[in-house]
Amino acid sequence: MAVVGITVLALPLVGLVQRAPWTSLGDLLGRRPVLESLRVSLTVSLVTAGVVLVLGTPLAWVLARVEMPFRRLVRALVVLPMVLPPVVGGTALLFALGRRGLVGQWLDRWFDVALPFTMAGAVVAAVFVALPFYVVTVEGALRTTGDEMEGLAATLGAPPLTVLRRVTLPRLVPAMGAGLALAWARALGEFGATITFAGNLPGRTRTLPLATFQAMESDPEAALALSLVLLAVSLAVLIPTRNRWLPTR
Amino acid sequence: MSDPRVDAPTIATTVLAPGTVGAPPAVDLAGHTSVGDLTLDVRLKVRPGELVAVVGPNGAGKTTLLRLVAGLVALDAGSLSLGGRVVDDATSSGFVTSHRRRVGWVPQDRLLFDHLPVAANVGFSPRATPERVAHLLAELDLVDLADRRPTDCSGGQAQRVAVARALAGAPDVLLLDEPSTALDAESRRRIYHLLEDGERPATLLVTHDPGEAAGLADRVVELATGQVVGDAP
Repeated sequence: MAVVGITVLALPLVGLVQRAPWTSLGDLLGRRPVLESLRVSLTVSLVTAGVVLVLGTPLAWVLARVEMPFRRLVRALVVLPMVLPPVVGGTALLFALGRRGLVGQWLDRWFDVALPFTMAGAVVAAVFVALPFYVVTVEGALRTTGDEMEGLAATLGAPPLTVLRRVTLPRLVPAMGAGLALAWARALGEFGATITFAGNLPGRTRTLPLATFQAMESDPEAALALSLVLLAVSLAVLIPTRNRWLPTR
Repeated sequence: MSDPRVDAPTIATTVLAPGTVGAPPAVDLAGHTSVGDLTLDVRLKVRPGELVAVVGPNGAGKTTLLRLVAGLVALDAGSLSLGGRVVDDATSSGFVTSHRRRVGWVPQDRLLFDHLPVAANVGFSPRATPERVAHLLAELDLVDLADRRPTDCSGGQAQRVAVARALAGAPDVLLLDEPSTALDAESRRRIYHLLEDGERPATLLVTHDPGEAAGLADRVVELATGQVVGDAP
């Protein structure tokens, strides 16, 4: 059964690589729509990674270290987007932040800000699905490194800010890197929430996955080339997260 | 409090070494605290330079006693003074945090900073001077390991690093939690030698090993279910 399991996972990849148009790959990837969606994807995913870092670190800290009521509920809320179908997330975002949404109508009225069908909207959708990956990773690390190490640093005479700077953060960096890589990969591959909330506008919200889907209809070879790019990125992400997912020895 | 011997003030202050008469006790604890299922209720005085072994079964509160002195656990009632300074007073809610107490804590699982090399571990304390760090590295035979990561050290080496790190900050009170578990003979000899040194701070040594307690300590305090049930030289 294990062999069947491996086959189920490996076969599609073999199929992809076997059918890949290796000779014309350079040409296919050099086309304007491809480059455009690559640019959109990189912009959206990198901005997302930045937002995830800024929002996710304090959130992970609070979840791991602060005693509070309803912590289990908050934690369930944080993890929910990991199991929620992304298209549901996109729909929810539309009803919350859309022009007539719960918050969106005020954004529109007071600040003249409209998120749907913009690159900023694509970022919001990507943050929604990617944030949990970072928070869960960093929270886990904060739990396992524990207060004990920080308590020990304090007994040595280190004031709280020194403990944060010299013990907590340095020990957290590997987990932050791994969490960011996972979140970034998730943001790069995001499809359902993006197409629902931000649409599929070339040069603005048409990311690599959307372009791949689009290309399947008209130009399967281009779709294969785009898929290879996304596959390569996914493999690259395994490198900084290898201690988490792959045996080291 | 159930043991009348503990309440007698003569117990803790019986024999004072010459030169320490009049000096406030390095540790002066009378109070109780609850951690999980355990209620620790202890009166204990330790003179400057005195080495007190703390023995007792698992769950007796030995580690909690050390954490209390280190400032990682607070008293529910009573007070704790270190070197004459009140650092925890449950009635006035006065609590001096760990980093303002001069203690050196060597926990049972050592808790070395894996992201820092051995020398930086030993020199971590803001109170550590380069001379003191160099002296301790030499005394505990750690000079050759100075640039190594703690993860590349053997159990005995790591234990010596933990002891050196605790001593580098020139603590007034040294707290050793089972320092000789998983310790090779050479590491044990080096650490003992350092503790037999006249310069040592007041020391609370938690141990399972009766030989270690008898061989090193000026006094042996026995804990059971959070209370002192024995206190003898």
